[in-house]
Amino acid sequence: MALDSARIGVVTFPGTLDDRDAARAVRLAGGEPVSLWHGDADLQGVDAVVLPGGFSYGDYLRAGAISRFAPMMDVLVDAAKGGLPVLGICNGFQVLTEAHLLPGSMIKNDHLHFVCRDQQLRVENAETAWTRDYTAGQTITVPLKNQDGQYVADERTLDELEAEGRVAFRYLGGNPNGSRRDIAGVTNAAGNVVGLMPHPEHAVEKGFGPDSADGARAGVDGLGFFTSILSSLVHA
Amino acid sequence: MGRVVVEVMPKPEILDPQGKAVVGALPRLGFTQFTGARQGKRFELEVEGAVTPEVLAAAREAAETLLSNPIIEDVVRVADASEETA
Repeated sequence: MALDSARIGVVTFPGTLDDRDAARAVRLAGGEPVSLWHGDADLQGVDAVVLPGGFSYGDYLRAGAISRFAPMMDVLVDAAKGGLPVLGICNGFQVLTEAHLLPGSMIKNDHLHFVCRDQQLRVENAETAWTRDYTAGQTITVPLKNQDGQYVADERTLDELEAEGRVAFRYLGGNPNGSRRDIAGVTNAAGNVVGLMPHPEHAVEKGFGPDSADGARAGVDGLGFFTSILSSLVHA
Repeated sequence: MGRVVVEVMPKPEILDPQGKAVVGALPRLGFTQFTGARQGKRFELEVEGAVTPEVLAAAREAAETLLSNPIIEDVVRVADASEETA
């Protein structure tokens, strides 16, 4: 597959906020974003899917709990189990845990406040479909903004995740929400389904990202997610 | 019209940030006897007609699939609301 022919679906739920930024990130990385609507049970033949951030259904019941039963999720869960690459960002990560595609869950931040800041992360697993353009141990900075961002799972699940290298990202420079073992994101065993609370799609273009060594708002550390999936598809 | 009550609580081993905030506020109002608080959810599901065993079974299934997340929460009660004691 050629890079420019990769079609990446971006799902919009009622209350999704970051679908346009996710589509823009796909475009800046060189792929073709395809808008998918939660009410359609049709993936339109896309090569990978991003579940973007926001507050689908106002976070009513639990974050991601109602979206998880959308018609689009029925087909997406089956496709993901069949190997389709899926990235869940923030609310998208919450939807993936509610759909049991990823282990654990997110509860309210331990300090009870909404948090919005540029966040350092360590890439722990650079072998997933969404992280192959990073190196293991690499530090990246991307925005973090959430209220229900505290990652929790039972001790046995956490031990399994650690042992299997499935902690994909860890918070650096202070744990912003009380997440167990500083976990910011996880992957499934196959490496095609990845979820994280921070927002790589907001750090993809100079002038609009976090501050970096290259200058104010110059950080583009998040672009690697979107170039990673394109190169994963090319090498698949 | 029948009504089924479903109650969901955070699992005991899961930190409950909302309950923690509540128990922190109580002493400021003079309620110094409460040493802990946990906050859960109560749902009231309405049906046409009576609450039959089938309705209760369906409510239990809804409680396990949608109303709670077994990773972080326990369904602690599914009951006919008319049998609640005041």
